[in-house]
Amino acid sequence: MTTQHVRLTVNGEAREADVEPRLLLVHLLRDVFGLTGTHIGCDTSNCGACTVHVNGRSAKACTMLAIQADGTQVTTIEGMADGATLHPLQQAFWDQHGLQCGFCTPGMIMQAAWLLGQNPRPTEAQIREGISGNLCRCTGYVNIVKAIQQASGQLAVDVSAPGKAAETIEATPAS
Amino acid sequence: MIPAQFDYVRPANLDETLGILKKRQGEAKLLSGGYSLLPLLKLRLAQPGLLVDLRDVSGLDGIVETDDDLRIGSRATHRQIHEDPTIVRRYPMFHEASGGIGDPQVRNWGTIGGSCAHADPSSDWPAVLIAANASLVCRSAAGERVIAAREFFLDTFTTAIEPTEVLTEIRVPRRPKDGGGAYTKLERRVGDFATVGVAAVVVLAKDGTIARAGIGVTAVAETPFAATDAEAALVGQKPSEEAFRRAGQAAAAMSRPVDDSHGPADYKRAMVAEMTLRSLRSAVQRAMA
Repeated sequence: MTTQHVRLTVNGEAREADVEPRLLLVHLLRDVFGLTGTHIGCDTSNCGACTVHVNGRSAKACTMLAIQADGTQVTTIEGMADGATLHPLQQAFWDQHGLQCGFCTPGMIMQAAWLLGQNPRPTEAQIREGISGNLCRCTGYVNIVKAIQQASGQLAVDVSAPGKAAETIEATPAS
Repeated sequence: MIPAQFDYVRPANLDETLGILKKRQGEAKLLSGGYSLLPLLKLRLAQPGLLVDLRDVSGLDGIVETDDDLRIGSRATHRQIHEDPTIVRRYPMFHEASGGIGDPQVRNWGTIGGSCAHADPSSDWPAVLIAANASLVCRSAAGERVIAAREFFLDTFTTAIEPTEVLTEIRVPRRPKDGGGAYTKLERRVGDFATVGVAAVVVLAKDGTIARAGIGVTAVAETPFAATDAEAALVGQKPSEEAFRRAGQAAAAMSRPVDDSHGPADYKRAMVAEMTLRSLRSAVQRAMA
């Protein structure tokens, strides 16, 4: 078994590894670098749970070899928050209850981030088209779309939304 | 799903690539965007000994219109084609087709050359290139071959590319003043392969009759094909619903669909007629605009 050396930047940090050419990018991220926020859903290029950015372009990390990402800049869900401050999309998914089981969420957020980079104020139709390569088995698309609308400044944060309520409950010490 | 083992090289330019293909003839496979090949590798339907990644080979992704033709580099992504200003303005059929391939991530990375070389029997580009009478340019160490799209797609996953060749460019005849094209794809849901896809190109004569017609059909035979009977039925006719319907019937009669999860064969045949009709309406409208 021959390995080849890859160097890439993941979430701003220089990383390297010896990999078999057949190793998939998603396995490099999860199993070698321990970045398990990138999920493997279908493993057949359909569901988009493994969506990351490679040189700023959204990609399905199950459909790219680790070695193809040699020399690139990769961003995963772990690279979105700024310390304890959630990325606006993460905050919006919270506020709008844009997740149920949460499995598709990292991929949804990464694809939404790419979409908003291309088109900062997409229409609802453009949002739906933009996330058409990401599947939510809970079918929670309505709130996912709302979250993306909020993150793009097109929908006010509803303080009575479930996310806000949860935040309040969490912040209250148990009596 | 883990691919079988293979060696991997990333040549810096086309000459180096051609040298590798010659030396490792028969065991080397070219990797472009990866969105067709990687799934095959993961299913182990393809087990090449050597993967030759074209990532660092520059000069293969340009889109330019010359006096004679529209030239699309084989490594142009579907997205690049979809958003190219010349394509948006002058080649709506290419704009339509590129916007409906897979999903946004697929279009970010998948390339027109990769898709054509892969030659999935339900893929979109072959129908479009056949209708447009485009050519595919293949380079080897021995030189360049220009192959008509109509002679390029031979069978399921089988093309006229030789193992020592790289598909470098797609050449589409420049759109004439009275020409127009359209691609209509029926899909069960967004991002799916076509249940039926029909591309139509028409060029109108001065008297308003159809001087030339190209009809490319996908997903209803072993490989996308030219519906030559439909083309023949259109030439010399005044554009009309009746003429379009006759062409649709002719295209349907030439298709050889099979029953599968996309639908029964009879349904698909009916849809070939319908998609042909819709593409022709749109193509003629664009030719007259």
